[in-house]
Amino acid sequence: MSKPKLLWFQSISCNGNSHSFFNYPNLFSTLEYFDLIYHPLIDTNYGLEEVLNLKVDCDILILEGAFNKNLFKNGVNILEVAEYYSKLAKYIITAGTCSTFGGVFKEYDTQNISGFAFDIENHTKRYDIYKDKLISLPGCPIHPKWLGYILLMLVKNRKIPIDEFHRPQELYGTTVHTGCSRNEYFEWKIDTKGWGLKEGCLFYENGCQAPYTKGSCNKILWNDISSKTIVGTPCFGCTEPSFPKTALFETKTNMGIPANMPLGVPRRAYLTATGIVKSFTIKRLEKRVIDYKS
Amino acid sequence: MKIADKKALKRESIIDAALHLFATQGFYKTTIPDIAKKLKMSVGNLYNYFSSKDILAKEIIKYTSEVLGDKIREVNQLQIPTKDKITKIVELYFRMSQERPEMIEYFLRVYLSHREVFSDGCEGMVCVSGFITEIMIFFDDGVAVGELRNQDFFSAFGLFMGYLGGMVFLKGEGVLPKDIESYIDDISCNIYNALKVQ
Repeated sequence: MSKPKLLWFQSISCNGNSHSFFNYPNLFSTLEYFDLIYHPLIDTNYGLEEVLNLKVDCDILILEGAFNKNLFKNGVNILEVAEYYSKLAKYIITAGTCSTFGGVFKEYDTQNISGFAFDIENHTKRYDIYKDKLISLPGCPIHPKWLGYILLMLVKNRKIPIDEFHRPQELYGTTVHTGCSRNEYFEWKIDTKGWGLKEGCLFYENGCQAPYTKGSCNKILWNDISSKTIVGTPCFGCTEPSFPKTALFETKTNMGIPANMPLGVPRRAYLTATGIVKSFTIKRLEKRVIDYKS
Repeated sequence: MKIADKKALKRESIIDAALHLFATQGFYKTTIPDIAKKLKMSVGNLYNYFSSKDILAKEIIKYTSEVLGDKIREVNQLQIPTKDKITKIVELYFRMSQERPEMIEYFLRVYLSHREVFSDGCEGMVCVSGFITEIMIFFDDGVAVGELRNQDFFSAFGLFMGYLGGMVFLKGEGVLPKDIESYIDDISCNIYNALKVQ
């Protein structure tokens, strides 16, 4: 049986998702299942010229980078090439937030730059054409295991339940908050006293978007060991259409009340619960985890 | 009427009677037999509802906080400018001090004055969250629509509720030369000017 043909096609990109995927521990064994037609950064059977001249075939198309209908490379309209291979492909994976929603590159030209099938949270005109084969893997960058998992699910013809933005629910069904090592501090409303400390939550003052960002960064750890929030940096919400925002290290508050509630939590319920919790002092959580002696 | 409903009504009547006695006679001068006598019920039966005077005191503050919170919630749900919401909150607070003076008096003269009674079980905001939550929502909405200046919650809360509490306290002391409701417009205006976006 022939292997599915895999084509990795880039538009306006920083290569971040490619480099992230190259750190996938099972990269080579996973690629064994595929016939890698083309990747812009590694040696493949075909070159860019053949791809741009529409000379290759593909079953699974991975798109990396944002799209601008006016972008030409080597005299060829990149969006038209992407659409050509999208028609051929059985599945389209948008790898990263730029190819999914527009992401960081959209900030450069908000009128003309977008994701392939989404423009922030809105559908592009391509959505209706390709929605039945579309899988979104937003993230800045994607976690290599997210893409590895989806590729293997596809090769095994397994069903992949998706959400309204076509993100696989297995990977994006819960918030990044799920699994965070700081959850105890969140529960008792104790904010961190500095970046990189083991103690404290980053939601109340330090900009953490994990409680309202869909993703699995604290379940499928980065480099198998950690995550932004575990090391003491706020989640930037990079898997959401709203990424990027500004002032990422500050929580926007209205008179001390977070402007964004944890996902799906009514404001009244949140304020009631946190108002009560804040009334108590948990001495254990006020202390350093490790008491360094100087 | 179901037994559970009857019990709930009785429970509320005990809270009402105790609230009135605590606010007028003082917390320590009021005894459980005083409350039972006012309700024409036995002391033993009253203990079936509340096992101690301290527990009753805590239930009363939760009850008054909920009543006040529910009224502010109605204001929060109105689609009107923040300035008008301030006037409505001042109105309802002062009206409550006229119509149910025991509620405000209880808050000022029992809850705030006898913190030792409330130290176990009513820490911080625990027993007044019904009211505090609605004030938070009022401030949050005011900032979100660009009418109130963004600042620390407590600096705004202290200005608003400290002001109203102070006026009701002065009324209780009998030193206000005019009826408290005649101050509504000026006080609402002062609060708005202090909190609005500059």
